[in-house]
Amino acid sequence: MRYLPLSNGDRAAMLEKIGVDSVDALFVDVPESARRSGTVDLPKFAGELEVEAQLNAFADQNISPAKVPFFVGAGAYRHHIPATVDHIIQRSEFLTSYTPYQPEIAQGTLQVLFEFQSQVARLTGMPVANASLYDGSTAAAEGVLMATRVTKRNKAVLSGGLHPHYRETVETLAHAVGIETEACAVAVDNEADVLQHIDANTACVVVQTPNVFGTATDVTEIAKAAQAAGALLIVVVTEVMSLGLLKSPGEMGADVVAVEGQSIGVPLSYGGPYVGLFAAKEKYLRQLPGRLCGETVDADGERGFVLTLSTREQHIRRDKATSNICTNSGLCALAFSIHMSLLGQTGLQRVAKINYAKAHAARDQLVTAGFEVVTPRFFNEFTVKLAKPAIAVVEALAIKNVLGGVPFARLQNEPGFENHLIVAVTETVSDADIATLVATLKEVAQ
Amino acid sequence: MTQDSPKMNSVGRPSAPEINVEATLFKSLLGGKGLLQSEKLIFEKDDYSRTGVDFADIAIDASDLEGLLRSDLSLPGLTEPEAMRHYVRLSQKNHAIDLALYPLGSCTMKHNPRLNEKMARVAGLGDIHPLQPVSTVQGALALMDTLSHWLKVLTGMPAVAITPKAGAHGELCGLLAIKAAHEAKGQGHRRTVLVPTSAHGTNPATAAFVGYTVEEVAQTADGRVDVADLASKLGPDVAAIMVTNPNTCGLFERDIVEIARLTHEAGAYFYCDGANFNAIVGRVRPGDLGVDAMHINLHKTFSTPHGGGGPGAGPVVLSEALAPFAPKPWVVSHDSGFDLVEHDEGVSAQNFGRMCAFHGQMGMFIRALTYMLSHGSDGLRQVAEDAVLNANYIKASLQDLMSVPFPEGPCMHEALFNDHWLEGTDVTTLDFAKAMIDEGFHPMTMYFPLVVHGAMLIEPTETESKDELDGFIAVLRALAQAAKAGDVARFKGAPYLAPAKRLDETRAARAPRLSYT
Repeated sequence: MRYLPLSNGDRAAMLEKIGVDSVDALFVDVPESARRSGTVDLPKFAGELEVEAQLNAFADQNISPAKVPFFVGAGAYRHHIPATVDHIIQRSEFLTSYTPYQPEIAQGTLQVLFEFQSQVARLTGMPVANASLYDGSTAAAEGVLMATRVTKRNKAVLSGGLHPHYRETVETLAHAVGIETEACAVAVDNEADVLQHIDANTACVVVQTPNVFGTATDVTEIAKAAQAAGALLIVVVTEVMSLGLLKSPGEMGADVVAVEGQSIGVPLSYGGPYVGLFAAKEKYLRQLPGRLCGETVDADGERGFVLTLSTREQHIRRDKATSNICTNSGLCALAFSIHMSLLGQTGLQRVAKINYAKAHAARDQLVTAGFEVVTPRFFNEFTVKLAKPAIAVVEALAIKNVLGGVPFARLQNEPGFENHLIVAVTETVSDADIATLVATLKEVAQ
Repeated sequence: MTQDSPKMNSVGRPSAPEINVEATLFKSLLGGKGLLQSEKLIFEKDDYSRTGVDFADIAIDASDLEGLLRSDLSLPGLTEPEAMRHYVRLSQKNHAIDLALYPLGSCTMKHNPRLNEKMARVAGLGDIHPLQPVSTVQGALALMDTLSHWLKVLTGMPAVAITPKAGAHGELCGLLAIKAAHEAKGQGHRRTVLVPTSAHGTNPATAAFVGYTVEEVAQTADGRVDVADLASKLGPDVAAIMVTNPNTCGLFERDIVEIARLTHEAGAYFYCDGANFNAIVGRVRPGDLGVDAMHINLHKTFSTPHGGGGPGAGPVVLSEALAPFAPKPWVVSHDSGFDLVEHDEGVSAQNFGRMCAFHGQMGMFIRALTYMLSHGSDGLRQVAEDAVLNANYIKASLQDLMSVPFPEGPCMHEALFNDHWLEGTDVTTLDFAKAMIDEGFHPMTMYFPLVVHGAMLIEPTETESKDELDGFIAVLRALAQAAKAGDVARFKGAPYLAPAKRLDETRAARAPRLSYT
């Protein structure tokens, strides 16, 4: 067996050293009723060749986005990832190490985390960021919990442009811990509606920009009004690439920022693993969830990095911890950080502009072709209101080998939004792809 | 060297260097350590304008976004050669499984097969979008269904919720299912979760997170749950117990079937922390022990890489009683193929909600399934046996020098020592662990479980050869003898030969500096 180095001779010698006759004697504490003499009913050992064939058979039944015109977004985006990223994250020293509990032999991981936190802080325009959470949706939920700790209030208001999966994730966790939530009516362009639902018990309002329909919103006034009412403003960003072009949440006055970082460095991978970016104002430092990496010195006075403020965390504080998170998204944070370093401010701005330009070109061509685009201001994603239900339309497009977008109804059954199709256009889309989308959509949807 | 006033954190572990060791060895002129070069932060470059990607600098008319455009972006960029140097230099400051034994107890640092990595990157698996029409991802759904089948058969449980993103997220999922089940039975008033004193920190943290009151259950002198104490605390207010099995002392809970019976009798559910499932996979099915819910850390038992702290994956197997409450989405199969249930409408809507956006850690599912198919039912059974054999071999080879808190009987996949044997040496568990670094090994888990003084928890895993184990044992024996012989400086100043000396954690926490400014 290629992964098991012990030979039968080794096993016999080791059993002798232990002083038992057989390995069964090591499982003597297992209750008799639960001991199994044979193997469970599953296939036996297989070589690389066979396993590879089985996995490839799964892959063959899927349509790879690389093979077709591809416009699917709504919270996860196909972007080009430089080859360097995947090469570096597969280095043994990064791939096969763990949470840096021993900082003397984990300075590589720790410096990367410090740089990651610094990149996230600058990108979001916030003073502090943590070392990652699972994804954007769980980051949003952690943000809501943190807001209730900070304000000692018990209600969260969720905008009608918040991604429905995010809303459900927040609601699930919030309701389980006894936090009340109020969801605003689904709306393409009405993030400010959250202000109508603030009361004396409101801990936070959660808005998204660009929102699930692609609408970009200046939340500066929402921040002021929410804060004046004693509530925190949590800004959710599901397309981190947008921050190359759009004003940062920090500049607009956000208290907490929860971002899905997948677009930078992390492959689509059917929904995970991704990387949650979490940033906040400095005064909430000791209420942050998750790992934090901090600068210090070693015994020689040399600069070094350690995990810090761990008295917030489960392994020290147990039932008093700010979150139960342990393992987070380290390798995805590394991938994000490498890709972000390769882009730099120059590359990020350039690719962001290309996204903007392609998406607006697609919008213009669709409008010219007679389609109704309902998103007023956007980065790389907009919503088309079709003449018929969008779910059937994307199926018809798929038959013609075009992956044309995400029906809003896939995310939420909401009367009045059955015909809304969310279309994402990134730098990976060619002019020919856009032309194919427009032509095929005319064929199947008009 | 004495410990006059070592800075301690809340568990008694020193958190700042006690001495500044004078370096008497040869020093390089500029402070580097030979090929191990010091590496500046990317933010310390003078010129931020470079980039390692070649995108055209196009002009756009973004007048529709007036007032929404940013002007403050300041992020350093690296060309490809600069990036390779930066990250490869940093990587060399890390220890890794591929370099040597990484015996972190409870973390299961086993070899990560590279076939897993290859398959996770295949076109059609690694690059598909979670919201593609299900007709275009039938293979992905089939893969998730196959993974679920393996998990169910290996655990003897009827259902699995696969979306949780890590072990602690799985605990959350399990407890939310338990909470929903109680509420459905009109038992929502149950507010207490019983947790043994030896539990992982995530157990009480998760229970408290969802609003339960945590009550601790005592441990017996032989390192197991005190059944009498548990029985006395089980009552109409108890929602669940959370027990790790094999437990964090590396021992199988002999009374587990009785624990499950008592729990069910009291109307509570049995949550099992499956972090140590690797010790019994293929040999013992948790379903046969009376478990209602158990998360499985795919990054432990099924070898997906730890990646410097994630991503993990924590699917939760569920009993018949809890299965209806599993979170959405889930995969269903019918005659024409597979489908995803993503909404409450049209299903018997008892699900407790949603753990996260999309459908869980697909990248980890691919890797874990590759590992399962490679090992098969026979190989997985051998995994458990070799993991347990290796741990017992270490215990047998060291217990004449290092004290064992629970000497009776075999351990499971990890060997636990305490610091009783260090008494009078002036060497602490931390010192001993740091000295291991100078000998080329990652330290074991220290000061956990909390119920054992100065705990040293060693988990070798099944992927270590006897040669590697013998080398490790020789090092620990030599270090133990050095400690007993009074060679204190070897320990107090350790590590001497690592990329960094001991770091000042107290200073880092007192004036936190968390980003470059």
